[in-house]
Amino acid sequence: MGKFRKWTLMIPILLLLVVWETVARTNVMPSYLFPPFSRVIVTAYLLIANGVLLTHFLSSLIRVLVGFFLGSLTGITVGILMGCHDALNEALQPILSLLMPIPALDWLPLLMLWIGIGEALPITIIFICSFFPVLYNTATGIRGVPKEYIRVARTLGASREEVLKTILLPLALPSILTGLRLEAGMAWRVIIAAEMIAIPIGIGALLMASESLLRVDIIMVCLMVLAVMCFLFEKVFLLLERRYTKWR
Amino acid sequence: MPSIKLRSVSNFILRNVNLEIMDGELFVLLGPTGSGKTTLLNVIAGLVEYKGNVFFDDKPIDMIPPEDRGVGYVPQDLVLFPHLDVASNVGYSLRLRKKPKTYIEERVDELLRMMGILHLKHRYIKNLSGGEKQRVAIARALASAPKVLLLDEPFNNLDPNTASYLRIKLRRLQRKLGITTIFVTHDMHEAEEMSDRVVVLYQGELQQVSTFDELIFSPRNSNVSNFIGTLNILTCEYKGTLGGLAICDCQGIPILVPFEGGFIRRIAIDPKEIFVVAEHADIPPPILTSLKELSQKSQKYQIR
Repeated sequence: MGKFRKWTLMIPILLLLVVWETVARTNVMPSYLFPPFSRVIVTAYLLIANGVLLTHFLSSLIRVLVGFFLGSLTGITVGILMGCHDALNEALQPILSLLMPIPALDWLPLLMLWIGIGEALPITIIFICSFFPVLYNTATGIRGVPKEYIRVARTLGASREEVLKTILLPLALPSILTGLRLEAGMAWRVIIAAEMIAIPIGIGALLMASESLLRVDIIMVCLMVLAVMCFLFEKVFLLLERRYTKWR
Repeated sequence: MPSIKLRSVSNFILRNVNLEIMDGELFVLLGPTGSGKTTLLNVIAGLVEYKGNVFFDDKPIDMIPPEDRGVGYVPQDLVLFPHLDVASNVGYSLRLRKKPKTYIEERVDELLRMMGILHLKHRYIKNLSGGEKQRVAIARALASAPKVLLLDEPFNNLDPNTASYLRIKLRRLQRKLGITTIFVTHDMHEAEEMSDRVVVLYQGELQQVSTFDELIFSPRNSNVSNFIGTLNILTCEYKGTLGGLAICDCQGIPILVPFEGGFIRRIAIDPKEIFVVAEHADIPPPILTSLKELSQKSQKYQIR
């Protein structure tokens, strides 16, 4: 039943591809503007074979991984500190409230002036994109743990550090993982946008180059890569959520 | 197991509390809502600020943090850790103390067997009933062999049968382990069933420390009287036994009462337990005229 259900979920996607292929071949639009799916697949194969797609993809992937890892790690660390210390939470909360609503890409002009156009720029953008939401989810998750759990853990012999390790973090984990899952997908969307504006290499840069050459098939290959990577990154954290929060 | 002493303990609720609880005693803390019962437990557990002193076996423990006081605590809403299964909840304190894995497994199994819930050891808390959760909470509190057990209305939300079963089980367990226990309740029946001695708290102040019988027959002040309710105290003369019951003549009224040996001189009857039965369902009994309020339940009239 499980396998059958998985296959039935593929049916709408297959139908979309069939409609795409059929409509494109009826020449409703010029084929250079709306190529059939089969041509996009051939283009994808050629881009992989000549190494172009891999070069751009790896550049984007490394930026996402480094920026997301650093942003999340810092976000979780500061979030834990804010979650555990009332004074720090009160001090940082107004700053967080001011900075968090700013979309990550809006930092781009300022960062271009401050750190220039280079590898540090997209990584910093991804860092900002991940840092604030993960920090918020971590602090909220920890502060949301009822104080009674802490009291009981203390009477059972837990020091403050052990309370954090054995009670606060596990109970805040669903909130932290939800933040990571949402931002993992968001990181890909942001890196593509950043590369389109200011970076010469990466999937976003390839998108912009394809647009200037009227290569819609390459644009579609890039969009498919983006869709797959967003899906995979979110899926990884969804699996982690299911595995480590099954007590809910 | 230690004796517990409180000397001039005060905080945001408690006012100059002086109390001594004997080694191995099951001490019941009675009082209306907001009287400071839970706060008193929190003081002993070291979970709230207070002035004054708390002693275990005459040694002050005021500077000792909660994790080192050797207290087992079952809070009112149990606070079982939802991310841990039953075995991990019970073994939590042992893991913190870095006990060997085999010891933890054996100890957890022993406690779960003692509480009759060994078959639940791998279940998460969300999959337990109210009575099962109560037993897990008690097992968890006992796991590290605490010096003192603090129970805050642990059977509050249970059906009467399960609560009664668990009270008996807990009483036996407490006697077997000889652990000094403070049991908070506002239920008089529970206090009667469980207590070696009782204390009544009212607005943060101790009102009376005594046995349950003394509390019923000799309430020290109006706060205690109001809390326990106005009971009908009748002097009695023992007349004999009938099928395990004692026949008593209580001021001209023949009454059968449970007989557990000893002398019966007085009995206390809760007004809520008195029923006046009408000879005819639609005609209230003559006694009605002398009562403030009655509620009719079929042919019975319950005095309020």
